Amino acid sequence: MLAIRETLTASRRAPLLSALGVVTIAFSLFAFGLFGLVAINIRTALEQVEQRVEVRGFLADGTAIESVSAAMKDIGEFPEVARVDYVSEEQALARARKEMGEFADVFEAGVLPASIEVHLRVGLRSPRVVKSVADRIRTYQFIDDVRYGEEWVEKLYRLRNIATIAGTGLGLAFATVAVIIIGATIRMAVLARAKEISIMRLVGATDMFVRLPFLIDGLVKGLLGGLLALLFTWFANRTINRYFLETVFFDPQLMFLGILAGALIGVLGSFVSVGRHLRSI
Amino acid sequence: MIRLHEVAKEYPRAGLALSHISFAVRKGEFVFLTGPSGSGKTTILKMLYMGERPSSGEVLVSGVSSRTARGRQVSQLRRRLGIVFQDFRLLEDRTAEANVRFALEVIGVPKSVIGAKVNRALTQVGLVSKATSYPRELSGGEQQRVAIARALVNDPFVLLADEPTGNLDERATRGVFQLLRDINASGTAVIMATHDLDLVRRSEYRTIELNHGRIVFDSAESAPSAQSAEGGGKAHMRTPTDW
Repeated sequence: MLAIRETLTASRRAPLLSALGVVTIAFSLFAFGLFGLVAINIRTALEQVEQRVEVRGFLADGTAIESVSAAMKDIGEFPEVARVDYVSEEQALARARKEMGEFADVFEAGVLPASIEVHLRVGLRSPRVVKSVADRIRTYQFIDDVRYGEEWVEKLYRLRNIATIAGTGLGLAFATVAVIIIGATIRMAVLARAKEISIMRLVGATDMFVRLPFLIDGLVKGLLGGLLALLFTWFANRTINRYFLETVFFDPQLMFLGILAGALIGVLGSFVSVGRHLRSI
Repeated sequence: MIRLHEVAKEYPRAGLALSHISFAVRKGEFVFLTGPSGSGKTTILKMLYMGERPSSGEVLVSGVSSRTARGRQVSQLRRRLGIVFQDFRLLEDRTAEANVRFALEVIGVPKSVIGAKVNRALTQVGLVSKATSYPRELSGGEQQRVAIARALVNDPFVLLADEPTGNLDERATRGVFQLLRDINASGTAVIMATHDLDLVRRSEYRTIELNHGRIVFDSAESAPSAQSAEGGGKAHMRTPTDW
């Protein structure tokens, strides 16, 4: 109870310092939030492109539909495969005409072969997996040719790896900067009350008792800073959506995690700052 | 009650601050620690409240050893000590009463008894009428009295005073010193670090003189019968040297 009262008293006595602390935490987390927003949008875009990764097996002329059905069932049971579709000659022609628009007349009936389209499961679309599935499909005698855009899949995979590594590195850098700034902010609050802390210790308050008001202070500032940062990020996202391009925002789970991270950084920063101070007096 | 045995303190950069320090303080005794600046008076006081640990030797305060005491044990010991500093160390944004109250609140004393204890401590130092004053509204002597009230409020067995009159004029010094004598007369031991030689010479209490981190004079050893549990006694055999 006294710890909460002390926290409130300290905030009331130095409202500017407290507000500055919350705003600093908010801006640090906002920078991290903006980075997160870019990261999840790149990831979403890559996932959308990845969904188009498929292996297409072209059927030899005159293949019996029974053989194709049996093979499709067989392929559908591969652990990597999500779905297998049959594309008849007519469907292939209709699709090609639609895609070519004004040049639709180029295609004549019977030019395009029937095929099976094999869609892979999420997370199993790496060049190695795609090639392995393509090789197995190729073993069916009635399969004339297998296409899966080898180069394209490899480029996509490389891009995804670069995005993951760069994202993790930048994310860690942003998070480190946020933690350092937040730590410094909390250290300021600790130093502002250095005399109080030294008196507390001299009259016999336990270290935990000394720490508690600061931990509560850090928790509250972290939570408020996190909420404020989320609000800033939401505004930024809305502005980008309205004037530039369509983006996705954090889902509720990520928003909750972001606020929780703010609170955690606040508590941790306080714990470390007060600990350092206690050791120095 | 308090015993220092062959205590030495060495700082990595500043070097040897204390060496071969051995003395004991009995219950209810009044002891002056004197000596020039940098002689080690404050370091000894810090060791008594376990704010510093000896590099070698042992400090024993009411059964708590500097060799083993950690965390909670140190906190528990400090609850039974009263500590007063030259610069008062009052919280400027709290009234005199709140400053004294603070010392009880932070160690979890029940609210129901805090009021009475604070009132008694302020009465003891003669400042009940100034209970609602802030430190800036009080004179130096009055501020030191508030600090003494804060040190007394938890009924310590010893009061450690580090140059308590160092910032005060002569009149305020006399007042604060008389207050410390009264506190001692009521049974609380007092260990007072000071370089006010007049104060030391005019009183009959045991004097331990330090120079360059060593005890150069202890009146108890010169005149063992000079001390009594009440803090009174004969004057010591020789006065501290001028430095």
